[in-house]
Amino acid sequence: MSHPLTLFEKVWRNHIVKPQTADTPAVLYIDLHLVHEVTSPQAFSMLRERGLRVRRPDRTLGTMDHSTPTTPRNELGIIPVVDLEAVKQLDQFTKNCRDFGIPMYALGTENQGIVHVIGPEQGLTQPGMTIVCGDSHTSTHGAFGALAFGIGTSEVGHVLATQTLMQYQPKTMAIRVDGKLATGVTAKDIILAVIAKIGIGGGTGHVFEYMGSAIRALSMEGRMTICNMSIEGGARAGMVAPDDTTFEYVAGRPYAPKGEAWEEALARWRQLPTDDGAHFDAEVVLDANALPPMITYGTNPGMGMPIDGVIPDPDKAATSLERLALDKALTYMGLQPNERLLGKKIDVVFIGSCTNSRISDLREAARMIEGRKVAEGVRMLVVPGSQQVKAQAEREGLHEIFRAAGAEWREAGCSMCIAMNGDQLAPGQYAVSTSNRNFEGRQGKGGRTFLASPLTAVAAAVTGVVTDPRELYVPQMA
Amino acid sequence: MEKIITITGRIVPLPINDIDTDQIIPARFLKTTDKAGLGASCFFDWRYLADGSPNPNFVLNQARYQGASVLIAGNNFGCGSSREHAPWALLGMGFRVVISTEFADIFRNNALKNGLIPVVVDKETHQQLMSLAEEDPQIEVTVSLEDRSLILPDGRCVTFPIDPFTRYCLMNGVDQLGFLMSLEDDIAAFEAAMPPAIPTTAFA
Repeated sequence: MSHPLTLFEKVWRNHIVKPQTADTPAVLYIDLHLVHEVTSPQAFSMLRERGLRVRRPDRTLGTMDHSTPTTPRNELGIIPVVDLEAVKQLDQFTKNCRDFGIPMYALGTENQGIVHVIGPEQGLTQPGMTIVCGDSHTSTHGAFGALAFGIGTSEVGHVLATQTLMQYQPKTMAIRVDGKLATGVTAKDIILAVIAKIGIGGGTGHVFEYMGSAIRALSMEGRMTICNMSIEGGARAGMVAPDDTTFEYVAGRPYAPKGEAWEEALARWRQLPTDDGAHFDAEVVLDANALPPMITYGTNPGMGMPIDGVIPDPDKAATSLERLALDKALTYMGLQPNERLLGKKIDVVFIGSCTNSRISDLREAARMIEGRKVAEGVRMLVVPGSQQVKAQAEREGLHEIFRAAGAEWREAGCSMCIAMNGDQLAPGQYAVSTSNRNFEGRQGKGGRTFLASPLTAVAAAVTGVVTDPRELYVPQMA
Repeated sequence: MEKIITITGRIVPLPINDIDTDQIIPARFLKTTDKAGLGASCFFDWRYLADGSPNPNFVLNQARYQGASVLIAGNNFGCGSSREHAPWALLGMGFRVVISTEFADIFRNNALKNGLIPVVVDKETHQQLMSLAEEDPQIEVTVSLEDRSLILPDGRCVTFPIDPFTRYCLMNGVDQLGFLMSLEDDIAAFEAAMPPAIPTTAFA
């Protein structure tokens, strides 16, 4: 029998154009390259300077998401962009895609949305593929058993020009989550717990594979939430082996294989899961049965704790740099060591981002908020991940539920996750956010972010303070 | 690209772990279509107070560290977003070397493609160098790509890891894209052998 391989190793091997040597990295073929307006302009400029073409515009897809407003459409059905810098960047992106023949979903058009929401939604994200994008949350697509990772703008240029990338083979880390999640505990809590356990740099140099019964039991959207935040544990990518849940999700989507091609693809995809006895360079284990809802208290996603936990004391840190880091984080956050976050007054609730803006996230949030009101003095934004998610939510009447509760129902985009489109916190404000980063200023200069699940976010929205979602009625999801 | 063999410079100490790319260059400055000009916004929210005046407590604003080209920072430097604007901003601010005990993967790749050298040293060397830089802003270190070494102020030499391909490109001023462009035949052969069902973005 041949040497047992991991899922990652299989996908890696299947894409080697030139193997790694003592002098050169491996050259890896890229099946799908997603581009957006913020990290691509300098790469297109490089192509123009050198007179190069885009080698495979048909393996490239553009969308507008980062600098786009999420404010309502005008009477002509257009989403107005008022920020002149954003106008310039979006115009340049339109020109770049048009000049180089790249299909692109423009602001407000029916398939536009966050780059990591639209790939899976269109059926372009499929098991066994290599997918890159100038965005660190490209790891999201790993939920399908694809090898997907973020790259810088120089590498965006490399892929545009050659459809390949130079890469050294990363190490692998198995993240095993067995057991059954309790009511009110979600995929988001799993990944926040994993990152709290390994730390923000714990996965550097590794590709994660999430496995175990709790991962198997998750929907594709839950798996995407988990893979999305692999980068917050330092990993290049996160993957989940494809199974019937994956195949059911992909089947019938616009770009999914059909007829005979579907059968051929299915046979290929079934070969991908990690072989028995395959070697991982590291392993982390988490018990889903014991997992509470999680929340972050600090200024990186590794600073997380159970929702009813107490904030760590810098005086008990292992090293002076760690003490400084915690001190600095708590000063920025305006929090005291050894206090609880439960009951902490908040100003804003943000439901959205490539982590938690898909239809199942919005359904869970809507069912929890139905019949309740956003607390006095709290602003709640609900930002669907794509125009398709928005349209689906509106067909189901979710937008009416959010509006009736007093929340803002907005257009699709990255929005307050990266706060470069005008959606932002004011200095000093506290937010419970379903996004992926709580770095200083991430959601607006001086803004202070608690990362949590959509259920925990809704619990905070309706009470006005950090609240354990298990204390509120949590509907059973179908 | 400029050839890089050795870099000598004074050191600024930033003893903070996990400095993320949102601190190096906040997202609101990413609405640019250029690489140039980002130095002015590097570490913006740490450099400037709410009223727009320079924060006198922030080390990069202190007169004694002006002109330094080496940044020594805490562990896991450059974590977070993939924005290449982070190395562009650091270079724009005059930095050519960053020393830490670990770098985030994407930042390290991005830095090396722009001639900003990430130097990983062991914890002990890191601690000593950080203290030295805090005490004396005049001390200098030299990075030698030839020897893959960092020459410390006391003359001691520590080696640091850098892969041979990247080192070759930096030392010869060669851009990495040229290597990939030379593989056209291999790429075409790979594509010819691909399973047909892998989707393209042509109209579904």
